[in-house]
Amino acid sequence: MFDILTNNWGLLSTGWGYTIMCSVLALIGSCVLGTLFALMEISPYKWVATIGRVYVEVVRNIPLLVITMVFYLVIPKYVVAINGFTAGTIGLTIYTSAFIAETVRAGIEAIAKGQMEGARSVGLTYSQAMTQIVFPQAIKIIIPPLGNQFINLVKNSSVLAFTSGFDLMYQGKIIASTTLDTFSSYLAVGLLYLVLTLPLSYLMRYLEKRWQTA
Amino acid sequence: MNTFFDAISWVNFKYLLEGMGVTLEVSIISIAISFVLGTFLGIIRYVNIKGLSPIVGFIIDIIRNLPLMLILFFSYFGLPEVGVRLNVVTATVIALSVFEAAMIAEIVRSGISAVAKGQMEAARSNGMTYAQAMYHIILPQALRKMIPPLVSQFISLIKDTSLATIILLPELTYHAQIIYGQNVNYMIPMYVMLALLYFVVNYALSVASRVIAKKLAI
Repeated sequence: MFDILTNNWGLLSTGWGYTIMCSVLALIGSCVLGTLFALMEISPYKWVATIGRVYVEVVRNIPLLVITMVFYLVIPKYVVAINGFTAGTIGLTIYTSAFIAETVRAGIEAIAKGQMEGARSVGLTYSQAMTQIVFPQAIKIIIPPLGNQFINLVKNSSVLAFTSGFDLMYQGKIIASTTLDTFSSYLAVGLLYLVLTLPLSYLMRYLEKRWQTA
Repeated sequence: MNTFFDAISWVNFKYLLEGMGVTLEVSIISIAISFVLGTFLGIIRYVNIKGLSPIVGFIIDIIRNLPLMLILFFSYFGLPEVGVRLNVVTATVIALSVFEAAMIAEIVRSGISAVAKGQMEAARSNGMTYAQAMYHIILPQALRKMIPPLVSQFISLIKDTSLATIILLPELTYHAQIIYGQNVNYMIPMYVMLALLYFVVNYALSVASRVIAKKLAI
């Protein structure tokens, strides 16, 4: 198994790089998008809240693969040519944003309503109260589940193997088919995924415990 | 608009429903296996048996932190290398069950931990054995708390069956791909149908979970 790692280190490390790049880009994108939709969901305007709600429910209940394939096959055919990496990353961003929206919404709603009312009654506007009073308190509740979403995101980035996005899973497929040693190839790929996700998940567990007692 | 209705002809629609049938079949079997296995593993993790629980915990952590697609590839392409040859359906069911069981074990463990410790102590002091207290007092309460996360795990299992397209399991996504493979113009209608069919099943499940959780709430 270690031959597989050393002999194919070039491919594996490239794939690793693409996986990390895709995960970080998708994380940034989905945090922005997710926060936006969370704010829409709790908006005092009914129709804005409905749009947010529908987006989250629809995206959450459709497989990631279907969303990604739309960006990989349908968009290039009818709208604009994008490569597999971009298509996969956009699909992943859209999919994850729905889950992050749920996390952020739950975090904001956990902060007592009185905080918003108190802030409004001392003269802050809705957006001031949100950014300066509610959000800073909600962040602490949001971070641990957000970390779990990030771990899911790293794992889900393997969907790039479908869209030829050069990620770790894609390279693993290539190595498996060239060396014909599928067993060890996938073990090696699994090991590299664990190097990314396992420390993250232990860190999240630690943070959860620490902030629970605080 | 005409292509749209051509694409969803009766023959094609029936073909999609056939795929849906395979999706649901694989999902239901995997849900059953992973629920039983996951509950069992979750209890082992909670009870903290010396020597056994840390090992189980470590294995669960490893499986939870691997992509499902990798586990799927491993069970279908990797295992034949060491002499275990599985057909597509079995490979999918095994991969899904193993992965989801690890997820469910965590849900069960934290569900049991969330039931107050006093409950166990009270049950024990009334003369129940540990196993009796677990079965009659702790688990029924823990199960109520677990319903929402469990159902959302089942929903993600149903969505994840679409990954089995890659090992050519004839499920919903695969059937849709075959239909638009014959006529490229059917691509958009097929993706609309895919989204619709998955949405209907999963949304119904999440609404049902909310109703059940409300009904069972103490």
